[in-house]
Amino acid sequence: MSAILFLEQSLNGVQFGLMLFLLAAGLTLVFGIMDMINLAHGSLYMIGAYFMASFVQATGSFWLGLPLALGATALVGAALEMSLLRRLYGRDHLANEAVRIAWGSQPIMLNPPAALTGPVTLPGGLQYASYRLLIIGVGAAVALALYVLVTRTRVGMLVRAGASNREMAVAMGVDIRRLFTVVFALGAALCALAGAMLGPILAVQVGMGENILILAFVVIVIGGIGSIRGAFVGSLLVGIVDTSGRAFLPLAFGAFLPPQFASAAGPAIASVLIYVLMAGVLYFRPQGLFPARG
Amino acid sequence: MKIRIAGIAVAALLSFSAHAANELKIGFLSTLSGPAGGIGIEIRDGFNLAVKLAGGKLGGLPTEVIFADDALNPDTGKQLAERLLRRDRVNLMTGVVFSNVMLAVWPTIEEAKVFYVAPNATPTSITGKGCSPYFFSTSWPNEAHHEAAGAFAQSKGFKNAYLIAPNYPAGKDALTGFKRTYKGNIVNEFYSKLNQLDYSAELAQIRAAKPNALYAFLPGGMGINFIKQFVAAGLSNEIQLIVPGFVSDQDIVRAVGEPMLGLFDTSHWAYDLDNDANSKFVAEFEKEYKRLPSLFAEQGYTAALIIDQAVRDVKGKVEDPKAFRAALMKAPERAKTPRGPWKEASNGTPIQDYYVRALVKDREGRIVNRKIGTILKDHRDFWLKDCAMK
Repeated sequence: MSAILFLEQSLNGVQFGLMLFLLAAGLTLVFGIMDMINLAHGSLYMIGAYFMASFVQATGSFWLGLPLALGATALVGAALEMSLLRRLYGRDHLANEAVRIAWGSQPIMLNPPAALTGPVTLPGGLQYASYRLLIIGVGAAVALALYVLVTRTRVGMLVRAGASNREMAVAMGVDIRRLFTVVFALGAALCALAGAMLGPILAVQVGMGENILILAFVVIVIGGIGSIRGAFVGSLLVGIVDTSGRAFLPLAFGAFLPPQFASAAGPAIASVLIYVLMAGVLYFRPQGLFPARG
Repeated sequence: MKIRIAGIAVAALLSFSAHAANELKIGFLSTLSGPAGGIGIEIRDGFNLAVKLAGGKLGGLPTEVIFADDALNPDTGKQLAERLLRRDRVNLMTGVVFSNVMLAVWPTIEEAKVFYVAPNATPTSITGKGCSPYFFSTSWPNEAHHEAAGAFAQSKGFKNAYLIAPNYPAGKDALTGFKRTYKGNIVNEFYSKLNQLDYSAELAQIRAAKPNALYAFLPGGMGINFIKQFVAAGLSNEIQLIVPGFVSDQDIVRAVGEPMLGLFDTSHWAYDLDNDANSKFVAEFEKEYKRLPSLFAEQGYTAALIIDQAVRDVKGKVEDPKAFRAALMKAPERAKTPRGPWKEASNGTPIQDYYVRALVKDREGRIVNRKIGTILKDHRDFWLKDCAMK
């Protein structure tokens, strides 16, 4: 394999990892502090992508659509948390139906901004999709922003306190109900960011959140539930392991197996690789790599 | 939209004599919800349109269509088929989208000796050794579009082709079909994960392999993901992408938009096929649903037209299996379908033409699948040879 291809596949791994991080960050935040498996996370991701597609169409601009979609989804998230969530669980099907009624059952269109539709040539002659570079940039920026928010601000301190010991935080006078709403809205905005950023390279359709949510769960289980740093490391691990599996296993198998067997076995094993990784991590560190509760 | 055309009085009378020939009850079992629900809805809309245009009477009989949603779950499909057959006592069944659901519900339908008119899934195990007089397809045998695509790649003189499909039975069938007619060099035959999201690793390998043509069978959301990412990676400038028509029709075009331009696909139908029945279908569909029909809509519409013709030809006596089967076999040559007349093979699959279509913009700026030529004439199901019925 050429050096260029190796470089490209490594970049792909990091890129896929950061894609997952956008979704996993919000999930781990809500999961950690509210002690709740937010299955609606996938629905919020879907709603974010649908809002994005609609706002981009209405305004004609990708960059105007983005903040609108984020704001709208955060509002939906906050409203959800205050009204339904405290009483009702497992409304994923409900969200699918709501989206179907509002937007129809056919997949809808969301494309990258005109300037980022094609590839760019990186040093070394590597051609890479420019939009994927944007995903890498946004993923890294979100990681940095969350790091600052959680470790350097007052809200972040409350989040950490709530995540590591909720009763103690309440006893110390933290308004946990308001904190829940804020965290949930922030999580929803992150979902919308993920949906809006991934929509242009993935299908925007009913049920789109279910598939990717499983990967996001794998990420936060590996990283340690409730930990942003864990979500970041877990995302990169899953992204790189999954991509290298798909990229290199078929080649490796081809070296010592007949081709028709290698082309079947390579992808089959690559597809379970991340679950093997998760099982391995859980065996040695049942709390994940960076447990939020010590 | 539910069609309940039969009057209440008639329905009450009928509940005492289920197979009375003065009403036609059709069980429409389909995938109408979930990520893949869009396809079932296209088929349903096409079917409903034909019933509506026939004044609510297929074959001259007041027609009631009972819809059931399998949600792409074979077990649910089986239960619903039993309910439609035993409780609702339907005269005919139709609607199934996916082969795995079809295989699960088929024994129940066959055992009940009720005719099934296939508007989509036509799996090889029901058309080959396991063929049955009760199965009648108005769509296409499962491998036909892929055979057409292989023949097209061959005719274009593409020396090297790279094949990609999801790792499940239909994916393997698809590439088998392609290889049956393509004689060039296969660079690689890659089976990706089912419901995969990100294809960057595969695209990098495809770029490195430098094929002339890429055949991708990735239905539904997978195809949307793949085509968007293929074009974003700049590969569309280097490699000709070919797909089967049912993963690149209007339902997908609406979701992908501009990146679809320049693709080739294969189909048994095109919106611009030049015949009166087709012009009428496209115009009426647009009027009713405010969008262009896809080939799935055509399949639903055609299934209803074939039922209409066959029921009319037996004068409503659907309960006589011999006569009804004979009428069904003749119906494709008599009914005015958007595809034009075709002959049905003895295993209940169409012998029909397959076209190559290019994704281009029409005069109004819409992205459409324009027919550019006929690639297979009077093409038969490969598995017809294994069917004992003659």
